[in-house]
Amino acid sequence: MYKVRMVRREHNSMWVEVIVPIMSIILAVAFGWLFLSWSGHDAAATYMRMLNGAIGSKYNLSETVVKAIPLMLAGLAVSLAFRMKLWNIGGEGQLYMGAFAASGIALACGDMSAWLLLPLMLLAGFAAGAIWGGIPGVLRAYWQVNETITTLMLNYVAIFWVSYLVFGPWKDPASMGFPLSARFSLNAYLPVLGTTRVHLGLIIAIIIAVLFYIILNYTRWGYEIRVSGESQEAARYAGINVTRNIILVMLISGGIAGVTGMIEVSGITHRLQQGISPGYGYTGIIVAWLARLNPFAIILVAFLFGALLVGGFGIQTMGISYSIVLILQGAVLFFLLAGEFFRKYRIVLTKGD
Amino acid sequence: MELSALVPFLAAAIVAGTPILFAAVGEVMAERSGILNLGVEGMMLVGAVMGFMITIVTGNHWTGIIAAMAGGGLMALIHAFITVTLKGNQVVSGLALTIFGTGVSGFLGKSYQGMPTADPFTPCVVPLLSDIPVLGPILFKQDVLVYISIILALGFWFLLYRTSWGLTIRSAGENPAAADAVGISVSRVRYLCTIIGGIMAGLGGAYLSLAYVPSWQENLTAGRGWIAVALVIFALWNPLRAIAGAYLFGGVEALAFRLQTAGIQISSFFLSMLPYLLTILVLVLVTVRLRQEAGAPLALGVPYDREER
Amino acid sequence: MKREPLIEMNNISKSFPGVLANHNISFRVYPGEIHALLGENGAGKSTLMSILAGLYRPDSGQIKVRGRQVQFRSPRYALESGIGMIYQHFRLVNNFTVAENIVLGAKRRGIINRQEGMEGKVQELSERFGLGVDPAARISNLSLGEQQRVEILKMLYRGCDVLIMDEPTTVLTPREVQDLFKVLRFMADEGRAVVLITHKLHEVMEIADYVTVLRKGEVAGSDRIENLHESDLTHMMVAREIEYGQVNRNTAPGPAVLEIKGLQVRGDLGYLAVKDATLDIRSGEIVSIAGVAGNGQRELVEALAGLRTPAKGSIRMKGRDITDYDIRKRLELGLNMVPEDRLGMGLVPNISVMDNSILRSYYRPEFSRGPFLNYSRIRKYARSLVENYNIYLSDINYPVNFLSGGNLQKLLLGRELDKRPQVIIASYPVRGLDVAAAEAVFQLLLRERDKGTAILLVLEDLDDIFRLSDRVAVMYDGEIRAVLDADTADLNTIGALMLGAAPTGA
Repeated sequence: MYKVRMVRREHNSMWVEVIVPIMSIILAVAFGWLFLSWSGHDAAATYMRMLNGAIGSKYNLSETVVKAIPLMLAGLAVSLAFRMKLWNIGGEGQLYMGAFAASGIALACGDMSAWLLLPLMLLAGFAAGAIWGGIPGVLRAYWQVNETITTLMLNYVAIFWVSYLVFGPWKDPASMGFPLSARFSLNAYLPVLGTTRVHLGLIIAIIIAVLFYIILNYTRWGYEIRVSGESQEAARYAGINVTRNIILVMLISGGIAGVTGMIEVSGITHRLQQGISPGYGYTGIIVAWLARLNPFAIILVAFLFGALLVGGFGIQTMGISYSIVLILQGAVLFFLLAGEFFRKYRIVLTKGD
Repeated sequence: MELSALVPFLAAAIVAGTPILFAAVGEVMAERSGILNLGVEGMMLVGAVMGFMITIVTGNHWTGIIAAMAGGGLMALIHAFITVTLKGNQVVSGLALTIFGTGVSGFLGKSYQGMPTADPFTPCVVPLLSDIPVLGPILFKQDVLVYISIILALGFWFLLYRTSWGLTIRSAGENPAAADAVGISVSRVRYLCTIIGGIMAGLGGAYLSLAYVPSWQENLTAGRGWIAVALVIFALWNPLRAIAGAYLFGGVEALAFRLQTAGIQISSFFLSMLPYLLTILVLVLVTVRLRQEAGAPLALGVPYDREER
Repeated sequence: MKREPLIEMNNISKSFPGVLANHNISFRVYPGEIHALLGENGAGKSTLMSILAGLYRPDSGQIKVRGRQVQFRSPRYALESGIGMIYQHFRLVNNFTVAENIVLGAKRRGIINRQEGMEGKVQELSERFGLGVDPAARISNLSLGEQQRVEILKMLYRGCDVLIMDEPTTVLTPREVQDLFKVLRFMADEGRAVVLITHKLHEVMEIADYVTVLRKGEVAGSDRIENLHESDLTHMMVAREIEYGQVNRNTAPGPAVLEIKGLQVRGDLGYLAVKDATLDIRSGEIVSIAGVAGNGQRELVEALAGLRTPAKGSIRMKGRDITDYDIRKRLELGLNMVPEDRLGMGLVPNISVMDNSILRSYYRPEFSRGPFLNYSRIRKYARSLVENYNIYLSDINYPVNFLSGGNLQKLLLGRELDKRPQVIIASYPVRGLDVAAAEAVFQLLLRERDKGTAILLVLEDLDDIFRLSDRVAVMYDGEIRAVLDADTADLNTIGALMLGAAPTGA
């Protein structure tokens, strides 16, 4: 008889790091195949349509990028907090607050030149997100209040706040009863690439990723964050001001999530409205985790997720409901989570008696 | 508010609080054993749609309830497998479960959208007790699931704090190594409690589709799963306090709804923020006062690996 | 008459990634005996007993209990066979009461807990064995000695007749050790068996009936205690004569470098952990703090290092009042500290050796270029540390987790000594190290003393204290009760002071 044992891996080869996620995705695709066939769909055609919808044409590719931009930013935002083992799951709320503040500026100073207005909106978005992330940061830094819970709770407060605005004081009288703010002036539109909807946000996301990489790996402050993330005790022993860094990191993390909101309203919707984010803040967490907090990997994983989202819209035209896309998405995640296990452990068969 | 208006309002608060009470008590059980499951929303949705479909098919709401429990429990089983057996990240797995559950419920319920329930739960009037002025119509003219939810909350409280099983469950969430050392199977306890959490979330969902609404539409839960997660913290991981909290949160929902129908839409958004703000407040107060993690199980969210050295 | 062994372990092997912890070990325990399992750290004692207790599964070999072959898939099965293990880190739920911890997971009880019944039964058992613990007390309010008694009760409550204790005396005062030994003897006389994992020879000679010595994962010898001498045991343990370096006292210390006056420090829970500490440490001397763990040593050291703000009193260094200085300012003045928690505070886990080498100096201009770290300098510096302090490692880019305990400590100590300190404070610098590594650490400290550094050590082993220190400060209940010359003080006086006896004379 053979016994099955799990043995923790000490050091991982590149091979394991690469092959395991690929196997996970292959298995998820296989699962989806079975599921689609079982539910009476043509799996091959569906996948082809999905792929085509995501990257099949220049336009589709650009739409994928459009979806990937907020995921990149949201993923980068939370990844910084995660580096310090601060579980900021409030990216969604911080995003909404950023969108709110940026919209406020856009609506109030519509005739300002774009050169001034856009940076101002960016700053406002950052500041509002920073405050929304900073509150849990302060609570955590001074009183050890669990930031996972406070950030999660504040998401709802922010979403309700934006709903209040678009249903109430900011509602556009010309919107025929829809909960929308007035459309921004053209000065508040983020520049786009050619005729696509791909906007300046892509450049901003890439710049932030590069900055993160440099800061974390090459600067004194990045060193402090890495040390604090591994052990707060060691950080205190090193004379690092942990309290200040917790607040700072939560401010920046929230701020970047706020920028995500600014970029969505300024680059895509051009007005404040309900549901500006279909959960980018949450998906950002998944993106950051899958990318193992590596800034460049976040850009890549966000792109893959964008493809999954856009591809999902694509198959709706085939009469396949969006629910199936969600099921496939969930399955991909489950398989990747399961893959994590095989990355950390080896399964050993030993001859037992 | 006039008494005549207050009574139906309070009765409505209880009804609105019941689905989150089911789900929150279940989540208390899971978290007490050390497993954080952020997939409550997804499990509720699957419970809601399963309960609804099976009730339509069989014409009997009790078979629907059983189906809802099975649906929620199966969803939780996925989470348990990933987080207990595979020691996966609990936050990510919970989020994935919500996405998955939203998809599954939408897929299953597609052809049932907007249909009326075949056999909804209706209020049952408790003889004598319901004649008590004020209290009678609030407490004793509710449907049977309301009573079941209270009984289950009381029962799980008793289980947790007055029985050896409760001791076992709490030890798995506080110090799994200690539990393991006395021969308790931490994995088994965590599996069981996570699945109980799913069953209860399924019940909460079924309450929506079979009693509260009672109908099925996509995303029927509309964020109540997340309110249940908040309620667990608000109740400081105690099923008894969850009863009070559920009706408070239910009252907020009922009030918001009333204001909305009265055309005072704006302030209803501020009301809806209340449960979340209150939860933060409670958390801050308790943390500051106790100078620790506010009664949260110490090993919450941490996978247990015996041979980790 | 040939007795039947209670436990029989045959040809047990177990390996962890990279280490062969147990190799082909056979081990027998008979009823009524106290069996010492002796060996250096890393000899495989704990691993072997964890296998017997069902925590680890052996790679090969078999276990028989009362002649019947068994396979323990988890601690539950071992417990059901009557085998219970008390680990060095107690497995107790801090938020539960004593009684709750004891009945936790136990079989043959009703489902509903009745407080009084539960506590009554525990009380009864506690009295029978003379353990004296309050069943209604919360674990978090108990001393380590009391917690250990709870652990023993837990095993007795389950009817264990084989009790394994992993280094049980480390957290106890000499008096508590005697009490523990009485309880163990009582249990053995009842026909139970006790396995005592230890590395202290005198304990073995004092209490054990039988001893098995492990060395590098193999059995080095096994016999009745009457047939053995202490020197035999030493030889079996290390297979070489340990040559302790000759330690000469420093007879002419310099002026006081660190002066502590009337210091009060609060512990984590807000009570005064250090109630009154007054102590001078002079240049070129080693002062050791003797005391049972948990009497305020940790808080005192943290207050001196700047990790904890004192509630009252003053700390002066070279005449300057540094009470309000933060840790970095003290570091700049030359006050260095080697913390008790080596991998977690002293060194950062999962971060490379190189990054760890600058943990306490990363902010200095020599390692910076503007806001950036100067990695070419850092690399050079890390290499020099590794070379100067004989640290064995394959690559400075690997995480420190790959280093052995001894090399971790050399890296940590080397990093601190390299700053040319005026004062060194080190907590338990040799805890968990094998004899050779401990000796290397001692030599480093002595060399440092001879350079004129003022050194304050917190040590647990009285033998080490006597060998190394020039003066001994005894701490009890948050107070420094007495400061004695190591040459003139005797073990009994210090032992009594550690237990709270009033100091006699001047």
